[in-house]
Parts: sequence; structure tokens; C-alpha cells
Amino acid sequence: MPEIRDYDIVIIGGGPAGLAAGLYAARGRRKTVLIEKGVIGGQIALTEIVENYPGIPQVNGFDLAQTMLTQAESYGMETEYSEVSGIEQRSDNKWIIRTGEGELLAKALIITAGADYNRLGIPGEDKLIGKGVSYCATCDAAFFKEVPAVIVGGGDAAIEEGIFTTRYVSKATVVHRRDELRATAVLQERAFTNPKMEFAWNTVVDEILGEEQVEGVALRNVETGEKSTMPVSAVFIFIGSHPNTDFIGDLVPKDAGGHILSDEWMATSLPGLYAAGDVRQNSARQVASSVGDGVTAAIAADHYITANFHDESPAPKAEAAKAN
Amino acid sequence: MAKPVEVTDSDWDSEVLMSDTPVFVDFWAPWCGPCRMVAPVVDELAAEYDGKVKFLKLNTDDNTATAAKYGVRSIPTLMVFKGGQPVESVIGFRPKSALKTTLDKVLA
Repeated sequence: MPEIRDYDIVIIGGGPAGLAAGLYAARGRRKTVLIEKGVIGGQIALTEIVENYPGIPQVNGFDLAQTMLTQAESYGMETEYSEVSGIEQRSDNKWIIRTGEGELLAKALIITAGADYNRLGIPGEDKLIGKGVSYCATCDAAFFKEVPAVIVGGGDAAIEEGIFTTRYVSKATVVHRRDELRATAVLQERAFTNPKMEFAWNTVVDEILGEEQVEGVALRNVETGEKSTMPVSAVFIFIGSHPNTDFIGDLVPKDAGGHILSDEWMATSLPGLYAAGDVRQNSARQVASSVGDGVTAAIAADHYITANFHDESPAPKAEAAKAN
Repeated sequence: MAKPVEVTDSDWDSEVLMSDTPVFVDFWAPWCGPCRMVAPVVDELAAEYDGKVKFLKLNTDDNTATAAKYGVRSIPTLMVFKGGQPVESVIGFRPKSALKTTLDKVLA
């Protein structure tokens, strides 16, 4: 095993919350590393256009995340691509973070691990992922030119991604279990006026049909019980998300949905442990609110370190921080 | 340092199917965010497996026939070919360690 690496602040998760926390921590000259297991940006890396981040009328989600990363790294934030398997607090209150690359030590730990999309959990779904079943329209819609598709869900992601698919598919039918959408009004207006979009209300998907690729969906009207089959080549699923907090175990209090409980400074009940963005309870789950969460957590962590570790070596000098 | 080379519909057979060494193909497109993220990982793998595995990239926008032939409907898709046959397929972004495990399995 490589020796344990010492940091002031470790951030788990490279979405908007983590990148914002990293920027503030690094500008505070705290020795900071951000750990990301997948794609920098998290959920927004898969978003074609972000148009609700104040000050930026329109930006590609992946590009926005890369800009945030470059900005934080320019102040000395380090980035490590690995998965965290567990965390533990030592008796001196420092945190041990175990990753695929070894162990890290932190005075303060900020969890911004975000959320992952939910699966429907119906027959045919797992088998046909990448063969017509998709959780990312911007990644996959182009493979379905002039063929019909269904969009499952009624929130912002479903409607936004559904509208995106209409650049390619012949028809996008939104299958929603209720009789109205939850999506933002602006998105609803766009969807209802889009000639390629149709709506199956009060309807759920019972099964995704096909062997080698998606050939259709088995639908059921939840009001009438009426069953039907719709031939489609693609099923885009956007039915919410769950927080990535399994790796924490029972170390810190969570709600029934797995969200970490944190206060208005993003502090959890454990000293030096912060939770920001989609992982925490009552997050608004927006890029802008996650950025705010991340900034708040970084400032709180900075104050916490000053108050509790004042005897330790000073923060790195600018040259040292930029050397990486 | 070995870098992945672009392959097209027209030279697919000679570059992939008739290759003596295993071939790693990165199916990608310019508009795909996760593909842009996986690219530097594939670059690193190409350097590490230089001489043992051939690394190619196929743009699915420009080479629809090959993408369709192998049923690629989601990108990035990373496929390993051995003796002209696809033996491993990974859909979506994966960390480098996971891709190395896949490659080592093929080489074992």
C-alpha cells in the first residue's frame, strides 16, 4: 500500500457542489483534493444545455463542468480519479478516506457525491441497456433517427431530454404515471407545442420488449387498468435519482431516502464532516443551489480547520499549491 | 508513444477483423460528453498496452454502417476484438482500472 497522503480538505464527488467547494478551499490555500469516480460534472456532464445558471444564458453541461474544474485547479486543487470505498474518523478527529489508489487523510471532509438516476426495475430493462434503453438522451438519441421512442417520467429531466430526442426520433411519447407534469412551466410549454411530442397520461411501463434490441413497451393505464403495447425502438428513462451515500454506511445520520442530514452550514453531526448538494436532505437539486451548498461547506470547513488545527503546519504557499 | 488511430467503415475489415493482435475500439462522437471524458483514459491505455493491443477510435456519426453492424446504440461503447470477433463490450464511462481489468482478461 502507498503511504497515506495528507490533505487539509478532501472532497468526494466532482459535480457542481464539489467543484465549487474545491474552488473556495483552494483559494483559501487549503491543500485540497477532489475525488471523482466517473465523469467530472456528474449529472450535468450529460446535460446538453444548462440555461438556468444565473449569469450564463446557455452553456453545454460538460463544458460548464470543465470550466469549473479548470478554475479550481488553477488555484491548486488536485483531482484524483478513483472510487471511495469507505471513510473513518480517527481519535484526533482527522478523516481517513480509502480509495482505489490508497488512503488519504483530511482535517475536513466534504461529501458532494451527488445522485444517480433511478432504474424502473421492470422486465427487459437491464438486458436492453445500451440496446435502446437509455438514461441519457444527449448520449444516445442520435442513434434513433426517424424511429419512435418513449420517454418515461414527468419532471424537468424527462421533459428536457424528451425535447432533445425530437431532433432525431420520429415521435417521442412521454409516458407519465400522473395526469400532469412536474416539469418547470417553461419546459412544459415547449413540450406541448413540440409537434413530435405526445403524451400517455396515467400510464406506466410494465415491461420493455425485445431480445437483441428494444422493439416495444408494454403499457398499463393506472386509472382504467387497460393494457397496451407500443412499438418503439428506444426507451429513455428519467424517473428521479437516489443519493450516492452507500459508501458512508451508518457513520452519519441519513433520512429514509439515504440523504445525509446537514445543517445550514452543511455540517453533519460529526466534526469536520460536511455534506453538500444532492447528497444532503432538502437539496433543491439545481446546479446553482449545489454550487451555493459547496461554497458554504468550503467556508465552514475552512473556519473549522482554523479553529481546531491551529497548531499544525500552515497552509501551502502559492508556488507549492500550483506545482501540481 | 502509441496513440489511438481513427478507423472508418472502409478500412474496418483490414484494421480490425484481420488484425493479428487484439483490437480495442472506442466508439465515440464529438457531441458526446462522456466520450470526451473517456478519451484521455483510452490514450493512457494505448500507451500502457503498446505492442500488445491495437487502439482505434470510430466516429459513429461518420461511420454509421459499422456502428449499426455491431449494434452500438449508446456511446461511449468500448469493444475489444480478438480474431475478428467482438469478445468484450463496455457501455458508458468506466474508470481506467475497470478497463484494464477487461483488457487483461482478453490478454490472459
